Amino acid sequence: MSAHAHPVTHHAGAPHGFIRRYIFSTDHKVIGVQYWFLALAAVTVGMVLSWLFRAHLAWPNLAIPGFNGVMRPEQYLALVTMHGTIMVFFVLTVAPQSGFGNYFLPIQIGADDMAFPTLNMISFWVTFVAFFVLIAAFFTTAGAPIGGWTSYPPLSAVGSIAGPGQGTGETLWVVSIALFCLASLLTALNFISTTIEMRAQGMSLMRMPLSVWGWFVTAVLGLLAFGVLLAACILLLLDRLALTSFFVPAGLVFSDTQPALAHAGGSPLLWEHLFWFFGHPEVYIAILPAMGITSHVLSNFSRKPIFGYKAMAYSLCAIGFLSFCVWGHHMFVSGMSPYSALAFSFLTLAIGVPSAIKTFNWLGTLWGGKIQFTTAMLFAIGFVSLFVTGGLSGLFLAQPSVDLPLHDTLFVIAHFHIVMGVAAIFGIFAGTYYWFPKIFGRKMNEKLGKTHFWITFAGAYLIFMPMHWMGIMGALRRYADASAAPYLQHMAPMEHFVTICAFITGAGQLLFYFNFFWSLRRGEKAGINPWHGTSLEWSIPSPPPHGNFLEVPRVYRGPYEYGVPGYEQDYLPQNLTPEQIAKAGS
Amino acid sequence: MNHTEAQPIAEITWTGGPSPLAVNKKKLGMWLFLLSDTVTFSSLLIGYSYVRIASPDWPRPFEFYPAIVKATLMTVILLTSSLTMVLGVHAAHKNERGRAVKYILLTMLGGVLFDIIHISEWINLMINEHVTPFHNPWGSPLLGGAFFGLTGLHMLHVTIGVIYLGVIAWGFGSKRFAAEDVEVSGLYWHFVDLVWMFIFPLIYLINVAPK
Repeated sequence: MSAHAHPVTHHAGAPHGFIRRYIFSTDHKVIGVQYWFLALAAVTVGMVLSWLFRAHLAWPNLAIPGFNGVMRPEQYLALVTMHGTIMVFFVLTVAPQSGFGNYFLPIQIGADDMAFPTLNMISFWVTFVAFFVLIAAFFTTAGAPIGGWTSYPPLSAVGSIAGPGQGTGETLWVVSIALFCLASLLTALNFISTTIEMRAQGMSLMRMPLSVWGWFVTAVLGLLAFGVLLAACILLLLDRLALTSFFVPAGLVFSDTQPALAHAGGSPLLWEHLFWFFGHPEVYIAILPAMGITSHVLSNFSRKPIFGYKAMAYSLCAIGFLSFCVWGHHMFVSGMSPYSALAFSFLTLAIGVPSAIKTFNWLGTLWGGKIQFTTAMLFAIGFVSLFVTGGLSGLFLAQPSVDLPLHDTLFVIAHFHIVMGVAAIFGIFAGTYYWFPKIFGRKMNEKLGKTHFWITFAGAYLIFMPMHWMGIMGALRRYADASAAPYLQHMAPMEHFVTICAFITGAGQLLFYFNFFWSLRRGEKAGINPWHGTSLEWSIPSPPPHGNFLEVPRVYRGPYEYGVPGYEQDYLPQNLTPEQIAKAGS
Repeated sequence: MNHTEAQPIAEITWTGGPSPLAVNKKKLGMWLFLLSDTVTFSSLLIGYSYVRIASPDWPRPFEFYPAIVKATLMTVILLTSSLTMVLGVHAAHKNERGRAVKYILLTMLGGVLFDIIHISEWINLMINEHVTPFHNPWGSPLLGGAFFGLTGLHMLHVTIGVIYLGVIAWGFGSKRFAAEDVEVSGLYWHFVDLVWMFIFPLIYLINVAPK
């Protein structure tokens, strides 16, 4: 606990020189911003990829610039694979957890930095390298991998015989993800140590902001889940480079002109188990920080204490725990025993309970509040809406009998894009609009922000709602050309509609880019506490100095003391001393 | 006005002195790392068990001599190195720097011996028995993959441990590091030892050649 003794002395240690301050910095705030910008770069790439394959889906015979004419099926698969991998790993995992978590977890618990600042810097740069290893796959002669973001063997394990991108491109995919796992493990370890060891005096667990709870539980999931994917990647790499057969069964034949592969003895199911044992916690790694941010923002702008704080913290833990018990629901069609499927189904449906508690409490927080519809608040409410919508379709998919026909259809695509993709993105936007004034000292433009919100909110539903129906009608994912299947041809107008909505929604994001970079320079000056928030980040200058706190922080109460009666301001900051309150009251 | 009154400070802060459950950051960080490494090794061992159970032609090639004798010797060496590590940590806490460094060096020696015998075992398997990661003369080719994969990753951990202990011995001897740092490196070393206690029965003992 020696870290508490003299945090103020760290101020003197602020590094000089551009490189130590902004590039190889060990300051958690700089690293958080670095992660955020990495995610911004990644999401831009991922979004452009989605435009390309959406264009091909809507107009299968259209010559697309850069593709030497009409897009070939393997190019389509490469785009989908890279889109999914970039979005899940380098956006949804990086921005809410590593980005905002790095920046605000130490500040919100009253620490001067993370527990292991150098390790933190190494984690970022390993993630950075991992991203470019993945992007490098585009520039190999045979192109990017085509195995999807789940990279199922045996096709991902046997090399280019399984398709052009399954050669060097797939190897780069595995290396990139293994590096990403390593970096994420170290980040998770850092977050947990920081939360346990570095809290300020008075910051008991039940006084931590719910955003901190979100990052903390996510870090526990990351610590336990990424190790499994790392092991799976090691085995897959052995299969690819040392010609072992962990994931390849005997007698695999690719065409009648080639003999069966020499591999024998393995099972693709092993990868599915390992991957989804990681994969299900991973979707919560994407969504839990967004839940925390949403809770934080909803309470702030409802000017009300969060409804059921303890229930919120415990339900985060419950969701985190259950996420390790449900991986089999991704594998209902793998031929598993119906009894196993039943158990996985019940456990999956059980996640509905803590999720419903959270939703109930979010609505309870809004109820009777003096709601301020700032852009951050709109995105937080949008998160709740998307979480409910996407969560409900999850209840359908959790039942094996319903999942069997819906598996690998656009229904699944729509489900997880709404609940884990767009909802988590809304959490990121809520966090960005909410904390931008703290990070950069200026507010973002609210008019542009609200326009951005309505375009994105409407766009999210317009893009993904039709996909539910298309999925029910039998449209399968990974089909490069739906017009080739007669029973899908009548869906062409829906494909056009979805693609046009995707273009418009994507163009709407330009408002965000513009708002962001314009506000960096021209935004209204924010001051210390523009939103009248209570948690510790609103007690220090914007942007915060190196070492965060000008004096050792001390905490006297929970984080959501809003709407306080009998006091000149309607909120009590966590670090307001009893003497200050008595003085103001008298 | 109830919630405008802060609770008495004595109730909300610890009052001084180390909490019995308190560990320092480095130790907690190491425990968490070992937890995640446990997950990784568990996944690999579960994967190995999965393919072993699923393969009816899984070979059981290890003769009493040399494989089992060598592996037993390696086990004894690794366990002994854990003992010297314990003695090193004990000496470090009593601030006997010279003795601590001596024991850490002995621990490193154990690690190096382990690696040497293990590599000789690898070479023997590859050259004399013609076992590769993707082929062996007896049955399922995965025997080699599982053997080299698991023991290779473990050997990597031992090797990293030897380097890590070298840094610790140098730093503790020159008073750059505290006794706590020696203890944290000891956690890592015991963990590597513990992993071997799973690999030895699961890779060697259940694959002993039937009489």
